[in-house]
Amino acid sequence: MNWLIEFLGDPANWTGADGVPARLLEHLEFAGLSLLLAMAVAVPLGLWIGHTGRGALLVVLSANAARALPTLGLLVLIVLLMGVGTIVPVLIPLVALAVPPILVNAYEGVRGVDPELRDAAYGMGLRGRQVLFGVLVPVALPLILLGLRTAAIQVVATATVAAYVGLGGLGRYVIDGLATQDYPRAVGGAVLVAGLALAVQGLFAILSRISVSPGVSRRPGIR
Amino acid sequence: MITFDGVTKRYAGGTVAVDDLGLEVPTGEITVFVGPSGCGKTTSLRMINRMVDPTGGRVLLDGVDVTTIDPPTLRRGIGYVIQQAGLFPHRKVVDNVATVPRLLGWERRRARARAMELLERVGLDAALADRYPFQLSGGQQQRVGVARALAADPPVLLMDEPFSAVDPVVRASLQDELLRLQAELRKTIVFVTHDIDEAIKLGDRVAVLRVGGRLAQLDAPARLLAEPADDFVREFLGRDRGIRLLSFVPSGDLPLRTDLTVPVSTTASARGTAEPWLALVDDGGRPLGWIAPRSLPDSGTPADVRPEPYGTFVRGRDPLRSVLDAALLSPSGHAIAVDESGRVEGVVTREALDAALARATGDARG
Repeated sequence: MNWLIEFLGDPANWTGADGVPARLLEHLEFAGLSLLLAMAVAVPLGLWIGHTGRGALLVVLSANAARALPTLGLLVLIVLLMGVGTIVPVLIPLVALAVPPILVNAYEGVRGVDPELRDAAYGMGLRGRQVLFGVLVPVALPLILLGLRTAAIQVVATATVAAYVGLGGLGRYVIDGLATQDYPRAVGGAVLVAGLALAVQGLFAILSRISVSPGVSRRPGIR
Repeated sequence: MITFDGVTKRYAGGTVAVDDLGLEVPTGEITVFVGPSGCGKTTSLRMINRMVDPTGGRVLLDGVDVTTIDPPTLRRGIGYVIQQAGLFPHRKVVDNVATVPRLLGWERRRARARAMELLERVGLDAALADRYPFQLSGGQQQRVGVARALAADPPVLLMDEPFSAVDPVVRASLQDELLRLQAELRKTIVFVTHDIDEAIKLGDRVAVLRVGGRLAQLDAPARLLAEPADDFVREFLGRDRGIRLLSFVPSGDLPLRTDLTVPVSTTASARGTAEPWLALVDDGGRPLGWIAPRSLPDSGTPADVRPEPYGTFVRGRDPLRSVLDAALLSPSGHAIAVDESGRVEGVVTREALDAALARATGDARG
């Protein structure tokens, strides 16, 4: 606790290129960009596969394979192949980390919708797209959001590795602190990362509250 | 009118769900498809709105082969009600009902107004409109399902075991409600069930299908009960066909005796009558039970004895089956006829009932 106060209480740690605001922005840039890229790939793919039932096996297998990839190993490999200098080497492993939970949850969410409901939707005369976006996605939304939340928390926590290859982010404090035996710095960095992960969790709770229909979440207290 | 013309559905594995089905569903009537599981009744129904396409033969809707119509367009013109109602859980009740009108391009306000009108029509409180489906009971959900199917006023309504997931009391009230609605709306309804009693209660005509998707018999319910085409139909209809047949015989022409009732407030002794039984009636004209005049005390009035149990039927509305039931419930063997408000109109004697039964079974036999 004293280390934490020592680090966070020092005004010098709140300004400049190595200050908390700058490092936080860098961290959010890595994490946010990775998450957006992963969503752009995994959400449409998961919805499409869940809706059509095509390619389901492929998804499950590749998602599991991607989960087994060690992030740090992948990072080092890409840096060796591409060199340092851009943020691309750090984005690739983070995207690989974020895709499986998003993909699998979107797919399972859509596929898991009660077949009677799907049947009713087609029977009313909805077309394929209307069934997907008008019925399946709203009903599967809690699961889709769960996938996004899991991915977001993992990416925020793991973006720390950027510091290993000389990039910024909150990981800088942890790596540099450990290297120079400046433990207050290392602990301060770790706590900031953990705090950020909690903030992401809270953000998704709000998002889910706003976007999921009370009829699906079965929230009590509505009329 | 819906026509099945040599319709066959054979699945890739070789299973035949429907085999050379030929029948007509007349406009404005309820036709029930009934049979054991695996008889192809649901598959047949789903070929009307192209949820399934036949592998042979044609399904014609007013003379047009349905496979020539784009499925969503076809389905928007056909109401569809399924077992668990299949309501959209994320939409409020009113928006569920407004689904098809919205698909047809109605503006939101008009679609919602139409939805409110239908909720009332199926007997739901307007306060339920803003609820979500999970907040409704099974019976209420099913009513919403019917309202949703009727929203765009389609001429044809397909109902696939719509009432089989609710308890018997609710089911009976939903069935009555459907008959009441149908009396007003005169839709062409195809109704699928595995419950022969439901089929007999609801159907203007009943198609009994056997496993393998072949038509065993298509007839009006009374005819079906009186003359099953073969052993399969006979067995499927079950016991008590004779009694159940009486449900289709009206009671309006039964002779009434009005001299067999006695008001409870009378001060005169009823012992003078030669009748073994009299129906005791209260001051409001409602039945209290049967009394045996000979068992009255010498000086007593009818009010001094405890009346025996009785049964009533509403003359003109209830069928002969209810008259028989009322007679069986009375020690006198007579049935008390009441009007819609429950006031006694007279008594149908055992002799009159016997004569009516003899006529009814004679008629049913041909």
